[in-house]
Amino acid sequence: MNLSPLNRRRLSNFRANARALWSLRIFLLLFGLSLLAEFIANDRPLLVSYQGELYTPFLKSYTDAEFGGDFQTEAQYKDPDMQCLIKTGGLKSCFDDPEGTLKTAEHTGWVLWPLIPYSFNTVDTANVQTAPGPPDAYHWFGTDDQARDVGARIIYGFRISILFAFAVTIPSAALGILAGALQGYYGGWVDLLFQRFTEIWGSLNMLYLIIIIAAIFTMNFWIFVGILVLFGWNALDNVVRAEFFRARNFEYVRAAKALGVRDRTIMFRHVLPNAMVATLTIMPFMIIGAIGSLTTLDFLGYGLPGSYPSLGELALQAKAHITSPWLAAAAFFTIVTMTSLLVFIFEGIRDAFDPRKVFS
Amino acid sequence: MSALLEISNLNVSFGAMPAVKGVNLHISAGETVAIVGESGSGKSVMALATVSLLPDGTHISGAVKFEGEDLLNAPAKALRKIRGNEISFIFQEPMTSLNPLHTIEKQMREAISLHHPMPRNAERARILELLHKVGILDAEARLPAYPHQLSGGQRQRVMIAMALANRPKLLIADEPTTALDVTIQAQILELLADIQRKDGLAILFITHDLGIVRHIADRTYVMKEGEVVEEGNTAEIFANPAHAYTRKLMDAVPDGTPEPVPENAPEVIRTENLRVWFPVQRGLLKRVVGHIKAVNKVDFFLRKGETLGIVGESGSGKTTVALAVLRLISSDGEITLLNDRIDTLTGQRLRAKRRDIQIVFQDPFGSLSPRMTVEEIVGEGLTVHKLPGDRSQLVDATLLEVGLEPSMKTRYPHEFSGGQRQRIAIARALILQPKVLVLDEPTSALDMTVQLQIIDLLRGLQKRHGLSYIFISHDLRVVRALSHKVLVMKDGDVVETGPAERTFEAPQSNYTKALLAASLR
Repeated sequence: MNLSPLNRRRLSNFRANARALWSLRIFLLLFGLSLLAEFIANDRPLLVSYQGELYTPFLKSYTDAEFGGDFQTEAQYKDPDMQCLIKTGGLKSCFDDPEGTLKTAEHTGWVLWPLIPYSFNTVDTANVQTAPGPPDAYHWFGTDDQARDVGARIIYGFRISILFAFAVTIPSAALGILAGALQGYYGGWVDLLFQRFTEIWGSLNMLYLIIIIAAIFTMNFWIFVGILVLFGWNALDNVVRAEFFRARNFEYVRAAKALGVRDRTIMFRHVLPNAMVATLTIMPFMIIGAIGSLTTLDFLGYGLPGSYPSLGELALQAKAHITSPWLAAAAFFTIVTMTSLLVFIFEGIRDAFDPRKVFS
Repeated sequence: MSALLEISNLNVSFGAMPAVKGVNLHISAGETVAIVGESGSGKSVMALATVSLLPDGTHISGAVKFEGEDLLNAPAKALRKIRGNEISFIFQEPMTSLNPLHTIEKQMREAISLHHPMPRNAERARILELLHKVGILDAEARLPAYPHQLSGGQRQRVMIAMALANRPKLLIADEPTTALDVTIQAQILELLADIQRKDGLAILFITHDLGIVRHIADRTYVMKEGEVVEEGNTAEIFANPAHAYTRKLMDAVPDGTPEPVPENAPEVIRTENLRVWFPVQRGLLKRVVGHIKAVNKVDFFLRKGETLGIVGESGSGKTTVALAVLRLISSDGEITLLNDRIDTLTGQRLRAKRRDIQIVFQDPFGSLSPRMTVEEIVGEGLTVHKLPGDRSQLVDATLLEVGLEPSMKTRYPHEFSGGQRQRIAIARALILQPKVLVLDEPTSALDMTVQLQIIDLLRGLQKRHGLSYIFISHDLRVVRALSHKVLVMKDGDVVETGPAERTFEAPQSNYTKALLAASLR
C-alpha cells in the first residue's frame, strides 16, 4: 500500500493507542463472525453426506424426496425421520421407527450442523417446554417468548445493527459535509437560507414521521435507513460549516484562489482535510446514535418489522418477562459491547488525525 | 553596586534539546539590559526560566539569584510573591496577554490586590494613577472598557501599567513593541525610558531589533543558539562588534536602491479610481446608512520590472488594495492587467487571468496548507492552468530558483523554517511565470538576517524575469531597498505618492515625515 508520510504517521499513531487497537481487533473479529452468521447459527445443516454424495443445505434448498422422503417440500432436517433417512442412506424403516432403525442399521451418511443449530427465526418446539426458556444444553443463552434461540438472535441482531449503523452514517456524513461545506464556504445568502432550512428541518419530529410512514408503507430496512439519513445529516452540518467558515479566510485558501483554483477544488482539497478532525469527532456519536435509534424504535414497536432479528425487540421482551433475566442480560451486554467498541475505535481514529499529534 | 538579578551558568533543555547553554548574566538596580538574538536563540526561554514559568518537563540547572535569594530552588509560594511583585513581565502580544472577558479595571485590580490588598477607593485611585502614568488619556472613562475596545498601543500601555502596579524592581519586557506600528513603537519605548528614569527600576529588554537596543539599553547581550556570544556596553558593541555573529546582525540591514527601469518598459498593470467600500447596513430592511472606506481612490501604474512600495500602518488599507488588485475581494474602479480590464471578468475567464498576477503573504506559517507536501503546494498552479511541461521537473527547477533543494519536495511545511516557508510561497507563485507579484509584508515575520536573504532573492528574481512587484510593508527600510515608486496610505487614503527617492529624501506630507522620524534607524 502506498501511503503518504502523513497517513503513515496517523496509522502509527493509531497503532500506538492500545485500547483503540484492541477494540478494533475485537470488533473486526465479532463483525467478521457475524457476517458469517449463516455458518454459525442456522437451522439447516452446513453439509450433508447422503448415499456418498455431499449436499450443502445452508446454501441450497433440497426437497424431502431427494433424501428418500415422500414430499416435494423442503426437507426438515431436524425431524427424526429425516435424520434417520440421511444417516442410514434412505431406509424405509425410518418412517415407522426412526430411533430403532438408527440404533440397528449401519450409518452410511452424516450431518454437519453449525455451532448453533437454530436460525434467528427458528421456533424450537421440540426442546423448549415453556417459552421463554432458560439457558440449557440446547440453547446456551436461553430462548425468547416465541421459543427462538437468543444466541442466534444476538448474532444476527449484531450484524443488522452494525450494517444499519454504517448504512445510515456514511450517507448522512457525506450529506452533512457537503451541506456544511457549501454553507461555510460561500456564506452570505446561501448560508442564511440554508441555516433557516436546517432549523425547520431539525425541529421536525422524526418519530411522528416514522409513525406516518409506517402507516402507509410496510416498513423495511431501506426505508428505515432513508428516514434516519434524512434526519441524521444535520449533526455534522453545523460543525463542518463552522470549520469552513473559519478556514475560508486562511491565507493558504486565499493563495489557492489567487492561483485560480476552482471553488470546488479549494473546498475539498484545501479546506476539508482541516475539517476532518471535527468530522471524526462527531462520527462515533452518529454511529452510536444510529444504533440507538434502531434499538429504541424497535423497542417502541415502530422499527423494523418483526421478521428482522432485532436487539430492541429483545429488550422489549426482557421488559415483558422480567422473571427471565437472560433476555435482559443478552440485550444489555450485546448493545454495551457493540457501542463501547465503536466509541473506542473512533476515539483512536480521531486522536490519530489530531494535527497536534501528527505534527509533533 | 551589587547585582539585582544574577544568572550564572544557566542551562535549560526541553528533553534532549538544549535551549539555553551556560548563560551568565547580571543586572544592577536601575539598569537597562538588552538581550538580542534571532528567533530560536533562547532569549525568551532564559527570561521565563528566571522565575520558573517554563512548562513542566523542562530541565533547568545553574543558579538564578534575585537580591541574593536563590530563585531556582525557591518554593512555589515564595516565587508567587516575587512574580508580578518584585519582577514583572510585559509580553509581545497585547491582545492575547489581556483577558478578553474582563474589563481593564478588573484586570488592573487583580494585579494590585494579589500582592497589596487595599480598600476599594484607594485601589481605584492607584489604578487611575497608573493609567495616567502610562499615558492613557481619559483614564476614568477607560476603566470599564474591554481589551478589544482599545487600540494595540493602548493595550500595551495597560499591560505596562499592570506590570508597574506593585512597583517592581525588575521589569522583563519580552519583545514589547514588535506587534506595534512604528509610530506607536516609538511612543512605547519613550514611555518605558521615562518610567525608568522616574522609578529607577531595572529593565531586561528582550528583542530582535538592534535599532531599539541602541536607543534604550545600557548593556547588551547577544545570544545565538542558546549561548551568549557577546556582551558589553551597548555603545561599545555597536562601535566595535567583536563577534562575527554580532557583525552579521548589524549588517543585516537592507540597503541600496533598486536598479532603474528603462523608460520604454511596457506598462503591465494600472488601476484607476480603485475603491473598496464596505457598506454599513442598519435596521430591518438593511438600508445602507454609510460606508467603511477601506480604500479610497487609489491610482497607480507599474511598468515591467518596476516595484511599487505601499507603505502604511495597520488599518491603513494597504493589504485591502492588494486583495482588490488580485480580485480576491470586490472593488470599484478600473484594474487593467496587460491591457485587459480584469475588474469586469468573472468565472473561468478571471481564473485564466490569475496566472499573470500572483501573491505572497506575510505569514509563512498560515499561507501554506499544512496537509500538503511542498511538491503538491508548488505544483498546484500547474495543474490548475494545465501548463505544458513535466510537472516534476518544473517544480524542481522552481525550487532551485528560490534556493531550495528539490529533494525537499516530499516534506510538509511544518518541517521548514520561516524563511524556507517563505521561499516555498514564492515558488508557488513563481511557477506560473506571473508578470506581477504582489508581496504582502513578505519579510515582516522573519528574522533580520533571513529578511535580507529574501530581499536578495526578490531582487534576483526581478532582474532575471523582469517581474513587477507590488510590495506592501510597514518597514520603511525594506521598502526603500526594493521600490522604485512609493504610495503612502493612511486610513484608506493615499497621502503621498511619487518616486521612492523623493518620498524618502523630501517627504511632502506630515504623515510621511512622522513615519520616517519614528523608524529608529
